Formats: sequence, C-alpha cells, structure tokens
Amino acid sequence: MAASTEQLVQKRIRQEARRLLENGEVELVIGFEPGTLPMRAAPAFIRAAADAERLIWGPFCENSLARYLVGLKGHKVAIVAKGCDTRAIVALMVEHQVEREQVVIIGVPCQGMADQNIIAGNVPGEVLAARWTDQTITVEGDGFTRRLRRKDVLFTSCAACTHPNPLIHDSLAGEPVTVWSDDECAQIAAFEEKSPAERWAYFEAEASRCIRCYACREACPLCYCEECFVDHTTPRWVESGVTPAGLQGWHIGRAYHLAGRCVSCGACQRACPMAIDLVYLTGKLNKDVRELYGFEAGLSLEELPPLATFRPEDA
Amino acid sequence: MSDDQLQVLVFLCKWSLQAETDWAERTQLLPNVRLVEVPCSGRINPLFILSALQHEADGVMVVGCEPDDCHYKEGNFLARRKLTTLKRFLKYIGLEEGRVRFAWIGDDERGKFHRLVEEMIAEVAALGPAEKPAARLAR
Repeated sequence: MAASTEQLVQKRIRQEARRLLENGEVELVIGFEPGTLPMRAAPAFIRAAADAERLIWGPFCENSLARYLVGLKGHKVAIVAKGCDTRAIVALMVEHQVEREQVVIIGVPCQGMADQNIIAGNVPGEVLAARWTDQTITVEGDGFTRRLRRKDVLFTSCAACTHPNPLIHDSLAGEPVTVWSDDECAQIAAFEEKSPAERWAYFEAEASRCIRCYACREACPLCYCEECFVDHTTPRWVESGVTPAGLQGWHIGRAYHLAGRCVSCGACQRACPMAIDLVYLTGKLNKDVRELYGFEAGLSLEELPPLATFRPEDA
Repeated sequence: MSDDQLQVLVFLCKWSLQAETDWAERTQLLPNVRLVEVPCSGRINPLFILSALQHEADGVMVVGCEPDDCHYKEGNFLARRKLTTLKRFLKYIGLEEGRVRFAWIGDDERGKFHRLVEEMIAEVAALGPAEKPAARLAR
C-alpha cells in the first residue's frame, strides 16, 4: 500500500525537527507523539535531535500547540502547526505576544482532525487500535473492525474549516490541501434563524452543564490574560460558583473576550469534559466581525483586531 | 411590579452634557434611574454592562457623544464597535433586546437625554423585571 499523505508529512516533520535541532537553530521543537490511548496524540517537547523520531502526524493531532508559545517568550522554538494553529500564531503576533523571529513554523496542510467521540459512537465497543488512510479511518476492538469515512468523523470546527493550509510557515511538511468548506459560519446562520426563546433555552442548557474547570480557557491559544476576568476579585465581575448567573456570565464573558480574536480552531470545545457547545458562541462573534468590519482573525500580520481599531464610517 | 420599581442604569459620558445649562438634565432624574458618569463612552467595558444586568439593573443604557465629537477624538468610535458587537451577541443568545441600549447625544441636542431615559424606562417597563439569571443574580 502506498504511504498516506500523513505518513509522508510525518517523515518530513521528523527530518525538519532533526535538522533544526542539529543545527542549533531552535532549542525546542513542539509537535505530537503517540498518546497513551488509541486515537490520542499528546503534545511532545523535543530538545534532542535523536528524539525527533518520537514525532508523529495523523488525524488525532488536534491540539492547538500555539497555546504553548506565549509561555516560551525569549526562547527559540519550532512548532508543528496546522492551518488554524498558524492563524493563532499570527493573531498572537499581532497582539505582540509572540515574535516572528522567535518561532520556526513547520506548517502542515491539514486534512481535518477526527473526533474520537464521534468514532466511539459508531462502534460497538472500546476502540483498541486505529489506523488510517487519506480517506478512511479503521478502528478495531474486541471482536469488531470498522472502517469509517474521515469526512464523517471530523470535529465540528474542522468540518467547517476554511483555512486548513498554513498561512505562514518556514517550511511546509506536505502539499497544500483543497479547501472543503466554503463557509465557516453556516451553522451560526442556522442558529440565528431560531426564535429568541429557543436560542435562550439552548444557551441556558449548555451553560448549565458547565463545571467551571476552565479547560476551554486553558486550551485556547488566544486566552493568555495573566488574570482572567473571572478570577478577578476586586471587583468580582462574575459570580464564582456554579450558579446559573455565574455560569452564564462566564460563557458570555469568555466568548466576548474572543470577539475578533478567535481563530475558529475549536480547541475550547474539544477540551470541554462536559461536551458543551462553545463554538456557536465564538462563531457568532466571528461572523459579526466579518460582516460588520470585514475581519477574520489570524489572516493578516498588519491588520489590528477589529475591537482595537475603528473606521469613521462604521455602522 | 410597577414601573418605578424597575432599575435602569445609565452610563453617561461626562463630556456629552458638560455645559452648565445641561446640569439639570443630569440631576432631575426619576429615582429608579441610576446615573454613572464615565470619562468617555470608550471607557465602557462590556463587563460593566454584564455585571449591571446580573445585579440590580433591569436595563442598561450607554450614552455618549456623537461620532466625530469625542473629547478624546476616538473613544466613541471604539465604543461603537464594542457595544454593537455586544448587543448583537446578547440578542443572539436570546436575551431580550430592549435591556441594553446605546445612544449618542449631539452638542446641539439639549433635552434629548431626558427623552432617551424616558424611552429606555418605557422599553424596560414593557419587558418587565429582568428574571433570566444572566440578567439577574439568583437571590
């Protein structure tokens, strides 16, 4: 069987990581290594060229590694970055959180990441092994083997993604892919059609399941405030408990603080242990800043975030 | 609950009613209207509005100077983007539209402020007291 695109990408990521570390161009390469469970990849922090062989690439490398860059100020770092991750890096550069010279971007054209939960819902038992080609993912468990089409098991944000190819990179680990979605906001438009009562009921129900672990915040590449508004005590902006007011305040405040900054990577929603819909909130703000101000976060190094600037002719 | 028990919070840019003859407009307000002067509508953090709705307020209005008339040149332009996106977002999640309102006052529009406040009270009265937890802390 011919090597899949991702196997070639993996080979090139390893080569590039080894070269950068051998030449001393970077101190650290951030990529992925196998996780401890099937269908899981874990962030890997490679400091020695010999360890570059640990790096992998596949449909389960969904984490946004750009998350780590803000904490590595002053260090020369290489990072494996999908389209959405490069958007996050660009947005962080625009906000002066990451310097261009500080990071070497190993860009990866992304085929969309596969949602383990969707796969788990399509098989009769626990998945013990997974392998994949460009079009399919095959999972095996005790007494079953299932072959699923990749496009059927993508994360919501990946299925709607309009920027799978890296926007900036120093090297590219594969050939650019064909974009499969023409509108990131189609689902938002559908939600807008519902009645206010239905929209409120959905917001209320989703927020009510929140346990305030803040995994969404920790996973978000753009959530880097040293003190989050929700941890602020003087004044306390939002109730700290898991009361309706506290939960709803958190969901409103979190999403709104990402207005014009969210890069639609979906990391918040993937991190949520309660499977709460979070992307429909940030997605609405993305849609609005695109409609009102013609802005999409992470596409340009020159343009300021839309809420940090204005045009006199704004509506 | 009668109209005068409803609480309306108004954030007012201190420059928009600055003339001595305007002072009456700022002080002769109904008891259920709480006025907070801010140095500029650009000072408004959307958290002020969220927090107000979660505490006492049944409605929140922000009043600033007309675009192009800002004392700080661009504060109200920045406010306009923040407040426009916030208002659309709150509507999207299903919060009643009339609870949050933004308005501008030109320097030749004496008397408009009272009219705006009255309109706001009427609008909030039509909606009744805020009951949703996002718009009212559980008591």
